[in-house]
Amino acid sequence: MDATDIDKSSNEEKRNLSLGGHVGFDSLPDQLVSKSVAQGFCFNILCVGETGVGKSTLMNTLFNTMFENDEASHYQNGVYLRPRTYDLQESNVHLKLTIVDTVGFGDQINKEQSYKPIVDYIDTQFENYLQEELKIKRALFNCHDTRIHICLYFIAPTGHSLKSLDLVTMKKLDSKVNIIPIIAKADTISKSELHKFKIKIMSELVSNGVQIYQFPTDDEAVTEINASMNAHLPFAVVGSTEEVKVGNKLVRARQYPWGVVQVENESHCDFVKLREMLIRVNMEDLREQTHARHYELYRRCKLEEMGFKDTDPDSQPFSLQETYEAKRKEFMGDLQHKEEEMRQMFVNKVKETEAELKEKERELHDKFEHLKRMHQEEKRKVEEKRRDLEEEMNAFNRRKVAAETLQAQSLQAASQQPLKKDKDKKN
Amino acid sequence: MSQSGEKGKFPEAAGYVGFANLPNQVHRKSVKKGFEFTLMVVGESGLGKSTLINSLFLTDLYPERYIPGAAEKIERTVQIEASTVEIEERGVKLRLTVVDTPGYGDAINSQDCFKTIIQYIDNQFERYLHDESGLNRRHIVDNRVHCCFYFISPFGHGLKPLDVEFMKAIHSKVNIVPVIAKADTLTLKERDRLKRRILDEIAQQGIRIYQLPDADSDEDEEFKEQTRVLKASIPFAVIGSNQLIEVKGKKIRGRLYPWGVVEVENPEHNDFLKLRTMLVTHMQDLQEVTQDLHYENFRSERLKRPGRAVEEEGVDKDRILMQKEAELRRMQEMIYQMQAQMRMKPADE
Repeated sequence: MDATDIDKSSNEEKRNLSLGGHVGFDSLPDQLVSKSVAQGFCFNILCVGETGVGKSTLMNTLFNTMFENDEASHYQNGVYLRPRTYDLQESNVHLKLTIVDTVGFGDQINKEQSYKPIVDYIDTQFENYLQEELKIKRALFNCHDTRIHICLYFIAPTGHSLKSLDLVTMKKLDSKVNIIPIIAKADTISKSELHKFKIKIMSELVSNGVQIYQFPTDDEAVTEINASMNAHLPFAVVGSTEEVKVGNKLVRARQYPWGVVQVENESHCDFVKLREMLIRVNMEDLREQTHARHYELYRRCKLEEMGFKDTDPDSQPFSLQETYEAKRKEFMGDLQHKEEEMRQMFVNKVKETEAELKEKERELHDKFEHLKRMHQEEKRKVEEKRRDLEEEMNAFNRRKVAAETLQAQSLQAASQQPLKKDKDKKN
Repeated sequence: MSQSGEKGKFPEAAGYVGFANLPNQVHRKSVKKGFEFTLMVVGESGLGKSTLINSLFLTDLYPERYIPGAAEKIERTVQIEASTVEIEERGVKLRLTVVDTPGYGDAINSQDCFKTIIQYIDNQFERYLHDESGLNRRHIVDNRVHCCFYFISPFGHGLKPLDVEFMKAIHSKVNIVPVIAKADTLTLKERDRLKRRILDEIAQQGIRIYQLPDADSDEDEEFKEQTRVLKASIPFAVIGSNQLIEVKGKKIRGRLYPWGVVEVENPEHNDFLKLRTMLVTHMQDLQEVTQDLHYENFRSERLKRPGRAVEEEGVDKDRILMQKEAELRRMQEMIYQMQAQMRMKPADE
């Protein structure tokens, strides 16, 4: 049987039956829940916003904890991301929370490359997960999922519109992560201005094609509340970790000379709405969306890049195994080809160098010969000169001898006469 | 001076000459002439510059404003918009020019942000210099920028790199008055911390902002106290508003929130009144410092190098020539090296 036959038969065989009594498989969701509670949950939040816009304070307010953090400076050279992981527990539910902060965002004078480190970080987390998935010996259930589930984009409360940096960054991020835009430090905007500001922001996002996260409306239990919340985006929030006495209660608020802004007062800001949506209602949906939509998109692009396809030119389903083998063979072939090339190059080079050396040797030899000849020339000349010199010496000696003989003869002649005289005298 | 014998000629008391009337004459003439003041406002979009100017001078200087969307801002350049109004108060006429700089800090690459602004300031100085050196000096129009309000964002932790760069570039050309905008974001503690932070950073970076002159010793205590308070409040944390809200039966400028009303002219809420007082009482001093310090600096620099426009061209050509010469030298060196190598090789063998 091939694929199409199996489908048809399963359609024919699927029948709806009613149960005679209580079987008990309605406890399946509970089993799932207890298993996931035992495993613990994992949630990763990315906070993108300018320095000083209130990201750390909002996180502290949202999770009612003081995550240790110091104020960032405005003078960073570039944007870099700082992930920090915390283990939180509420009732018997463990949450491994990772908060990733963008340090230095919006501070540089030239912000054209500001979005790159953020996109790179998100891609790296996807890549890590993909690598784990593709391993032969996997440990998916054990590994710590670091993919970003939600990106909270903090918009500065100018009251006019989005900044150019906001638009560019959100466009780059909307296909990689769930974005929820938030208006930070919203206690600086009055009610009427806030209404206009929200409308302006949403219309700008829509007209520029930025896809933000929509709370899901397909589950009847949460449809209503999600639909109404969708209309309140972007949430205008105020964060505070300080407590102020209002009435006879201590509430988290900001104290001004003209009044007190209460964080959890729905008519003051949308903090409660954000907390509801983010944590209490849709956290699991955010994780699902990240896995099912954004991660799958990344995986598909990455594998296509590597050359894998789901169907080959004949529209027959390709198995990953076959593609792997084909790629491997190709790769080995490439390798061998390269090796051959390199060997050829090496041989050529050796030949060339040999030829050069020979050339040099010949030159050297020639020079040697030349020098030798010159030497002989010189020697001959010197010999000649010596002979000349010797001849001159001989000539000089003969003349000397001749001269001496003459002198001796003359002397003798002179000395003989007196001798004769002497002889005569003596005689 | 005059003796009792000449009492009849002078109806006033003995010894009175009358030049104590001079200040009145100056007052009369200046009222007749009217005053001119040019104020420049610089800051990122959305910090409330226009609202503050409207609140300061209690008029609507910006009737129809076009605010561009984010997509248009990405490549936006800075424009200079100067609007002049004549306002009058108790017979004193003021010709106020407000120079706005829309587009500052909007583009995604703000590197060339302040070139336009600096060029504008220099052009005004240039024009005044030209007029002053001309033959007919009767009607010199003073369009030089006397004061620059620099708006600092309250959402950060202090000065941003763009703020520092800009202030360093213009502190020798114009009086800078730093202003913390939208101060209703800050609680009192946060405001003090931010002010101290900004003053520290300004001192650290060597930026020269406008210093209020100390009160003369012959002024009364009230004025001295006022000057002291003003000096201690720089940079001013201000709030502006275009709306009138009814509070306790009176209509005042303010902002209405669900948790209370921020009054613009309430000194406990913000430093708006201090800013207005400073501007109004020191308008003359701002003009003087511009004339005596910044303009004179510009003038001496300018006269040292005549024909600046031509020189810039020449500078370009010189630079190109030098570059070409450097290249030539490099190539010659390379040739020498190669020759030396070739000579060395046979010698080695």
